[in-house]
Amino acid sequence: MKISGWGRFPTTDAKLITPVDLNAWKKSLQDKGEIISRGLGRSYGDSANASLVLQSDYLDHYINFDVEQGILRCEAGLSLHQILNCIIPKGWFLPVTPGSGYVTIGGAVASDVHGKNHHISGAFGDHVLSIELLLGSGEVLVVSRSQFPELFHATCGGMGLTGVILSVALKLKAIKSSNICQTTIKVKNLEEILHQFDVNQASTYSVAWIDCLAKGAQLGRSILMLGEHATESELLLAEPKKLAVPVEMPSTLLNTYSISAFNALYYARAKNAIHQSEVSYMNYFYPLDGLRNWNRLYGKRGFVQYQFVLPKASGYKGMRDILERISNAGKGSFLAVLKGFGPQNSNHLSFPLEGYTLALDFKAEQSTFDLIKTLDPLVVGYGGRMYLAKDALMSQETFKKGYPRWMEFEEIRNKYHALGKFASSQSRRLGLA
Amino acid sequence: MKNILIIGASSAIAQATARIWAKQQAAFFLVGRDRAKLERLAQDLLVRGASKAEIGVVDFLSIAEHQGAISRACESLGNLDIALLAHGSLTDQARGEQNNQYAVEELTLNFSTAVSFLTLVASRMSAQKQGAIAVIGSVAGDRGRSSNYFYGAAKAGLAAFTQGLRQRLSKENVHVLLIKPGFVDTPMTSEFKKGFLWASPDQVAKDIDNAITKKKNTLYTPWFWAWIMLIIQHIPEPIFKKLKL
Repeated sequence: MKISGWGRFPTTDAKLITPVDLNAWKKSLQDKGEIISRGLGRSYGDSANASLVLQSDYLDHYINFDVEQGILRCEAGLSLHQILNCIIPKGWFLPVTPGSGYVTIGGAVASDVHGKNHHISGAFGDHVLSIELLLGSGEVLVVSRSQFPELFHATCGGMGLTGVILSVALKLKAIKSSNICQTTIKVKNLEEILHQFDVNQASTYSVAWIDCLAKGAQLGRSILMLGEHATESELLLAEPKKLAVPVEMPSTLLNTYSISAFNALYYARAKNAIHQSEVSYMNYFYPLDGLRNWNRLYGKRGFVQYQFVLPKASGYKGMRDILERISNAGKGSFLAVLKGFGPQNSNHLSFPLEGYTLALDFKAEQSTFDLIKTLDPLVVGYGGRMYLAKDALMSQETFKKGYPRWMEFEEIRNKYHALGKFASSQSRRLGLA
Repeated sequence: MKNILIIGASSAIAQATARIWAKQQAAFFLVGRDRAKLERLAQDLLVRGASKAEIGVVDFLSIAEHQGAISRACESLGNLDIALLAHGSLTDQARGEQNNQYAVEELTLNFSTAVSFLTLVASRMSAQKQGAIAVIGSVAGDRGRSSNYFYGAAKAGLAAFTQGLRQRLSKENVHVLLIKPGFVDTPMTSEFKKGFLWASPDQVAKDIDNAITKKKNTLYTPWFWAWIMLIIQHIPEPIFKKLKL
C-alpha cells in the first residue's frame, strides 16, 4: 500500500506489519529488504517510508512510573498525548515537547525532537535515561550514557536507522499547574526578533510566529510567545479540540494572496505590544492538534516542511538573505516559526545547534522544489543544516555537509548490525548505507 | 474500587477494557497462557491506575488447572465484582475442514474451556449473591456460515449456555452479559483486509464497560451489527445456502 509522512509527499509503496510482541518483532526482522519502524507517521517527509514498514501500534504498554522521582519507563509506541494524560495528574510534564502531541515517544527519540525550551533544556534525547533497542541481529540491548554510549548517542536522533526502539526511560519535569503563563510580544522586524530571543534567554519557553511574506523594513515582523509554567492553578487534563479538515482542500486555496492576507490579519490581531494571559498546556504547546488532518489543507499533492538552523554568528545575515529570497519568490507559508536554539548535544545526527531555526510549509510543487534547491546551499554555506524529521528533498551533498558526523554514525551502525537491515527512503536518498 | 477477574487477559479486547477499568483504580487478577504477556499487561495496568494486578498462568486446554486459577484469583481479590471471559482462538476454517483433530481442539478451546471457567465463576458469584459475568461471544454465532462455522458453532454454543446461566443467576443477583463484537482490528485479525465495518478494540471496550454498568443482556458492538445480524438471520435458508458469506 502507498504510505507517506505527514506532508503527504513523497509516497512509497510499502508492506506494513504491526508486530504484536517481541517475538513478532524479531521475526519481522528476518524479512529481506529495507526495514524501518514507524510510529504515528508524523515526520513530514520520507523518514518512515520503506519497502517494509514495522508499525509500533502494539508497543503501547507502560512499564514503570516512579512518581517520586519522576522517571517514566514505557514502550515506544505510546504517544506524547497519552503520556501526558498519565503524568500530568501526578504533577509531572514532558521535559521537552514538539509542537504536536500526536508523535510517539519512540519517534521523539529517533528524531531527537526539540521544543520551545531548547535554549534551556536541550533536545528530547538529553532527558532520556536509557533505551531498549532491538538490533538487526535480533539481540536486545539496553543503551544509555554509561552502557553502549556510542550506540545511545547514535540512536537519539538516529531516525530509526540503528535498530528498533522498543522502550524508553525518561526523566520528567515537575509542574505545579498544567497551565502556562503566556506573554506575547509584537516585534517589528528581523533584527529585533533575534535580539528579543537573546534578551529573553531566561524565559522557559520561547517561540515566534513570523510573517514570511513581509518585505523591506517589515521583513521578519513577528509575534514572540514566551511561556512559564503556572504555579497556582490545578493539574487538569485538556482534550485537543475536535475540529477536522474533512477532505483534501483544493490546493489553489492557499496562494500568495490568501496567505499574505492571513498573515496581515494575524499580525494586526495582536493589538498591544505586550499581552499576558494564562492558557492550558494544550493551547500553548499543541494548537494544531485541535485541527485534525490539517495536512489536507495543502491539497492532494501535499506539502513540504522546510526547517533549517543557522549558527548564531551568521544568524542575522543568513536569515535575512533566506527570508528575502522566500519573500521575493512569493512563496508564502501559513506556519512560519522562528526559534532560538541553545548549544548542540553529542548525538551524531541531532538537528539543533546554537543559533536560530526557521520552519516553513510550502505546497509540494515544482516552484517549491526549485526554491529549496537554491536555499539548501545557502543554509550549509552559512554553517547550518536541515532537520531530518521534516526533510523530503535534501541532496546527499547537503546532508553530508550539514551533518559532518555521518561517517561516525555509519561506523556505529556497521558495528551493531544495522547496515543492510534498517533503511528508509530518506536514508537512501541521503547516501547512508 | 472493583475486583476484576479476566480470563484470556492478553486478548486485545480484554486489554483495552482492562485499561478503562484501571483508570477507575480496579484490582485485577489476570489469567492467560503466556507469562511474559501477562506480566507486561500487569505492569501497564498498574501505571494506568490499577490498585493491584496479579497474574495466573494456565494452559486453557488442561481443565484440571482451572479450579486452581479461580481459587488463586479469589484469594487475591476476595469478592469478584466482574469476571470477563475473553480467551479464544479464531479457527482456521480451511484447516478444520481437513483435520477433525484440530476442529475438536478448537471447539474445546472456544467452547468447553469457557464452560468450565463459567461454571466455576458462577458458583463463586452465586455464593456472593453479587457480581457481573461478561462473556465475549461473536456475531459469528448468530448464524452458521461456510466461511467460519467451526468458530461460529463454538460461539453459538456459548450463547445458549450464557442464556441459561443468565436465567439461573438472575435469581442470585448476578448479571450475565454476552458480548457480540463484529469485525475488530486486533492481532487475531491482522491478516484481514480492513474496511469501514471494522472497529478498534478501544471502541469495543467502551461499549463493554457501558453494557456492564447498564446490565445489558446482549451487546452487539459496534451497535450496527445488531441490524446486520438481524438481516442475516432472516434470510430464508434456500437463499442463504446459495450465498457466499
